[in-house]
Amino acid sequence: MFPRPVQSMSPAARTTYQIALPVMLILWLLPLLGVALTSVRPSSDLAQGNYFGVPSYLAFSNYLDVFRNSPFASYMLNSFRVTIPTVIGAVALSCLTGYALAVYRFRGNLIVFFLFVAGNFVPFQILMVPVRDLTVTMGLYNTITGLALFHIAFQTGFCTLFMRNFIKALPRELIEAARVEGVSEWQIFWHVVLPLVRPAIAALSVLVFTFIWNDYFWATVLTTGAGTQPITAGLQSLNGQWVAAWQLVSAGSILAALPPVAMFFLMQKHFIAGLTLGAVK
Amino acid sequence: MTVSPAAALPPNGPPAPRRRRLGRKLAPWLFLAPGAIMFLVYVIIPIGQSIRISFFDWDGLSPKVWTGLSNYAELWGDPAFYTSLKNNVIWLVLYMLAIPAGLAIALFLNQTVRGIRIYKSLFFFPFVISQVVVGLIFSWFYAPGFGLFFEMTKWFGGEGVAVLANPDTVTYGIIAAGLWPQIAYCMILYLTGLNAVAPDQIEAARLDGAKGLKMLWYVVLPQLRPATFIAVVVTVIGALRSFDLVSIMTDGGPFGSSRVLSFYMYEQALSEYGYRMGYGAAIAVVLFAIMMIFISGFIWKMWRDEKGL
Repeated sequence: MFPRPVQSMSPAARTTYQIALPVMLILWLLPLLGVALTSVRPSSDLAQGNYFGVPSYLAFSNYLDVFRNSPFASYMLNSFRVTIPTVIGAVALSCLTGYALAVYRFRGNLIVFFLFVAGNFVPFQILMVPVRDLTVTMGLYNTITGLALFHIAFQTGFCTLFMRNFIKALPRELIEAARVEGVSEWQIFWHVVLPLVRPAIAALSVLVFTFIWNDYFWATVLTTGAGTQPITAGLQSLNGQWVAAWQLVSAGSILAALPPVAMFFLMQKHFIAGLTLGAVK
Repeated sequence: MTVSPAAALPPNGPPAPRRRRLGRKLAPWLFLAPGAIMFLVYVIIPIGQSIRISFFDWDGLSPKVWTGLSNYAELWGDPAFYTSLKNNVIWLVLYMLAIPAGLAIALFLNQTVRGIRIYKSLFFFPFVISQVVVGLIFSWFYAPGFGLFFEMTKWFGGEGVAVLANPDTVTYGIIAAGLWPQIAYCMILYLTGLNAVAPDQIEAARLDGAKGLKMLWYVVLPQLRPATFIAVVVTVIGALRSFDLVSIMTDGGPFGSSRVLSFYMYEQALSEYGYRMGYGAAIAVVLFAIMMIFISGFIWKMWRDEKGL
């Protein structure tokens, strides 16, 4: 193990480490802690200039105010309405593409694979004008469907990369054995491969959920207004309305961050497996 | 998890061999079709279309007018373009700090004391939350009068520093905000990588008297190469994709001094001053070209790894 385990060091070093851990953590999360504290600070405190002291009381009502005086609930709901179909769509499509690229040897296999990989890394701006145009032409501008369709297509790139590598690492004999038995290709996919890629499906689901929930760029390009915009874009426009009402901005930020944070804590193992692209074990 | 595939399947008689061979030839394309068509329509084709649009003058509504290279010629003399380009370079260079910083935190946390798992999760926290929220958090952090950072600079220097209001410091302020989640990402890559470092090699090197930085450089880092590769990829892409933080924290200001190419493109193509799709597309093409240098490098390495299998 590297570095040397603290257990094997002097008692003084061990104590230092035990103290350093929480101190470092607090320093690391200082901006976040500040915002969390601001979110429960009553507006009267802010008006009197009490920005950093102990709040005179814990104003959880700030959280209610966020919902009361803005379409916050609508923004949150839109986020779910974009995110959930995208997760299902992108993961489903990539199970198919990943299987095709991992199991079959055919001409152009690697080229198709690397097109998915490269496409996944391009800057969004090179897609912006044509994708917006296409969405307008299909009559889907400023709709949840239009935004979700683009996300499904784009996330398929990343998901294919992950899924293909995952399936490639499965024992090939399983598939060969089924073929010898005369099982059809679709049946092999459905009954042999799909049950084995469940961990990959879990990893991709949490990751895509987080990516899409946190997307801001496409939300601003493809939607406008509280009826369709997800929370990221909504938060930005609310930030403009709540000038210097930091208690509301803070409470809104915390609320917007909650779903991906919950996802992460519930499915940590899968989340990390996904982030490392399966390349780092 | 054990699956006995043959048992789980309905007993199908073996199909005629010819049909089966054809089936196996067609199958990959059928499996590929839905995903590949979506990806083609929304990602691959639009890249070509953007390049085409960059040769036109177009407001998004009226007919396009072919103007050849004039958008690029205009870029050549556009000071805002150079500011954006310069900022992109600063982003790219400073973002690389996320890699050693992430490694340092990973080494700090790679212990087995009680509660370490929760510490690791909490250190990773900034990556999970959206850049919009990170941007708002740091806007508050830097805000003159209310912000914690502003207050701290007041204690140390007597006068508060309004990072985001000063054209000389604004880009660095935004990059610091961006580094926060990026360091967390690199940290998790290295933590996962450190788990897989062969303990016997470490012990052997230790017996040979290696320790500290020497051990890190000669024994540990070579084993962390896959983690480093991914850290470089995601950091380069992250730096060049920076848009959210600029948009949230400064909207490109003050006086356009914190623009980056991605933001400037958006501003030109979809701003309230009128839509200049052609000019925007030209900016996007430049950004795309810069990114392609890196993407080709990554793909080339992945290609070699594939062939080496």
